[in-house]
Amino acid sequence: MTQAPTGTPAPRAPWYAFATPTIGKGVRWASRITHHGGSAFPGKVVERVDPGFLCRTLAQLPLGVVLVSGTNGKTTTTRMVSMMLESLGLRVFTNPTGSNFTRGVVSALLQEVSAGGALDADIAVLELDEAYAVHFVEQVRPDYALLLNVMRDQLDRFGEIDNTARLLSRVAAATTGTVVLNREDPRIAALAQVVPSSARTVHFGLSQALRRFFPTDDDMATTFERDAAPAPAPAEPTAGTVADVMLTGVGDHRAQLLIDGTEYDSEVRLEGVYNLYNAAAALAVVRAVQANVRNPQAICERAARLPAKRRDGFVMRAQRFAGASTDALVDALAQVTPAFGRGEVIDVHGSPVELLLVKNPMGFRLALASFPPAGCNTMICINDEYADGRDMSWLWDVDFTSLHATGVDAVSGVRAWDMALRLEYDGVAARGVNTDLEQAVRAFVGMDPGTRKHIYCTYTAMLAVRSILGTMADVADAGVGK
Amino acid sequence: MARQIDIVSLYPKDMNIYGDSGNVLTVERRLALYGYEPRIHAINQNDPWPDHADIILGGGGQDNGQRKIIEDLFRRADLLRSLAQDGVPMLMICGLYQLFGEYFETVDGSKLEGISIIGAYTVGRDVRMIGNLTETSEQFGRIVGYENHSGQTFLREHVRPLGSVDADGCGNNGEDHTEGAVVNHVIGTYMHGSLLPKNPAISDFLIRAAAERRYGTFTPEQSADMRDELARLDALAEHARAVAEVRPR
Repeated sequence: MTQAPTGTPAPRAPWYAFATPTIGKGVRWASRITHHGGSAFPGKVVERVDPGFLCRTLAQLPLGVVLVSGTNGKTTTTRMVSMMLESLGLRVFTNPTGSNFTRGVVSALLQEVSAGGALDADIAVLELDEAYAVHFVEQVRPDYALLLNVMRDQLDRFGEIDNTARLLSRVAAATTGTVVLNREDPRIAALAQVVPSSARTVHFGLSQALRRFFPTDDDMATTFERDAAPAPAPAEPTAGTVADVMLTGVGDHRAQLLIDGTEYDSEVRLEGVYNLYNAAAALAVVRAVQANVRNPQAICERAARLPAKRRDGFVMRAQRFAGASTDALVDALAQVTPAFGRGEVIDVHGSPVELLLVKNPMGFRLALASFPPAGCNTMICINDEYADGRDMSWLWDVDFTSLHATGVDAVSGVRAWDMALRLEYDGVAARGVNTDLEQAVRAFVGMDPGTRKHIYCTYTAMLAVRSILGTMADVADAGVGK
Repeated sequence: MARQIDIVSLYPKDMNIYGDSGNVLTVERRLALYGYEPRIHAINQNDPWPDHADIILGGGGQDNGQRKIIEDLFRRADLLRSLAQDGVPMLMICGLYQLFGEYFETVDGSKLEGISIIGAYTVGRDVRMIGNLTETSEQFGRIVGYENHSGQTFLREHVRPLGSVDADGCGNNGEDHTEGAVVNHVIGTYMHGSLLPKNPAISDFLIRAAAERRYGTFTPEQSADMRDELARLDALAEHARAVAEVRPR
């Protein structure tokens, strides 16, 4: 490996670049004191006054940048990759959950860099939404890209799903080291064609038997054919393509994975069967990074670019990571805990309250399938702010009939009435509808003490629900950033 | 006596994005609550046409979806034209609305012929018209929905729009303040949302037209429970409409 850690040379720094970290941190401090602008605001200021800051800062990382994108599973998978690399000994920089826009990355960098602009990390693992991923690769070429899936989501922002695939193809084309692709998603698998010849492509995949548990977007189109026979397992979509990591079996918080011809059985502490597949994706990326680190010459070259005082530490960490066995990788996977809104459980006065983020029809369907409602109270909170998506059409692509027997105890959020109407058309009783989220959440968590509660929320509703629960119970920082 | 109503869901595989399947569900459910027996036929490319087609519902798709179905649509064009002339109620959203027109000219200048049931043509643009939308119609009152299209559609002089919009930059073409089109019992529109659940007046227009055409009259046969359930759906729709009307674009 001889390529530079980031393929694009950093634009020349402005004369006042030395002051950027200080300016950025100052804005951060001021915005916190005045409660102005939220967590991305300092990033916005720095993007304006010193557009080269992002590229220049990330170029210091000896192992470069891992970019994670796709419709579903970005946050959890990013968390898996960064936590695994960390527990395998590397120093990892990652962006906090939910700030998956470039300026969120800049804001997070400002928090981490020294006053001199130095970033003490070996590698960055960054989650970027599809549109911002393109914006990002125009400034920084990633060493690794993990592209998960393309599904209908926030079509009001990205236009059409084929357009989303086009965005990701620009990410694949800009990657310098290894592109990791989902073999079972036809739109993602097709991106292998645009990976530059100097880069490597690896896949993660599913065994034939598991494919029907993980529908792709094309399987969604038939929402409406309720009488139709269950979809047959799709034929080998990319016959002959070997999956570097293949998910071959799923159980209760367990995954069987086939790696290099050996079957591994791992505990996974994340909720939802789809996270078992994300685990395969995360392992494939970690293996790709490890493959590069196993080249001693590359390590020397990368170390040589570091300031002298950081070299020894980096080489030691890299060698340790290079020597980790596949068993050690799988062990690291078992340590990963859920991120914000992805099966996070909060204890509220003795009732376990589970927060489930729903952003698009497939995510909502998978969440409903993963959390059986029997014996639980169910609440659904739907907002339509920009970050949620303004269009309510997506609710009609979700099948809610699994809630038939239990009904829904509470419906809230700005679009509570849309949600209640949707449930009624599926014959699901909605017992309480209240657009006032605070009142609704307080009433809901107070009902049936001791009974487990599921709250399905869109993104901004999730932020609001967490802060309401924060006044009643201990809500951990699940990587949301402050 | 069984009173079956046959609903054709046109190209659910390739032309069903943005939740347009909610329209099929709404017609099905309401027909049942009026005491009819709805039967749904999902018709994709090359599927045999059912013996009866009392209501035809079509949705939006991606450019790619439009290309996939166009050949099949042309094979069925004569049939669809004669059904439209014969008063079969149809609702065509977005992509199929465009293809029910005369033609669609894309940004790069290539022309996709339509089946000319609606006197309208569409020109592709780089800018998308996207956002919440409320329109006013003499026939249906206020109509709420969500538009998301880059094609600008222009109606021929004799064609009545479904509704009118107040602002520039939205509706059929962003210029003439029209939205959608109505030809006989055929409605074309850009409104997703889904359209029918939140606009029961349009749902009932389609249902009434279908029942009258097939059975001569529209006569609900409802138990008290069915009437209550329908009232509950309409009350929820009214609340959802009130919220939709005041949300930002």
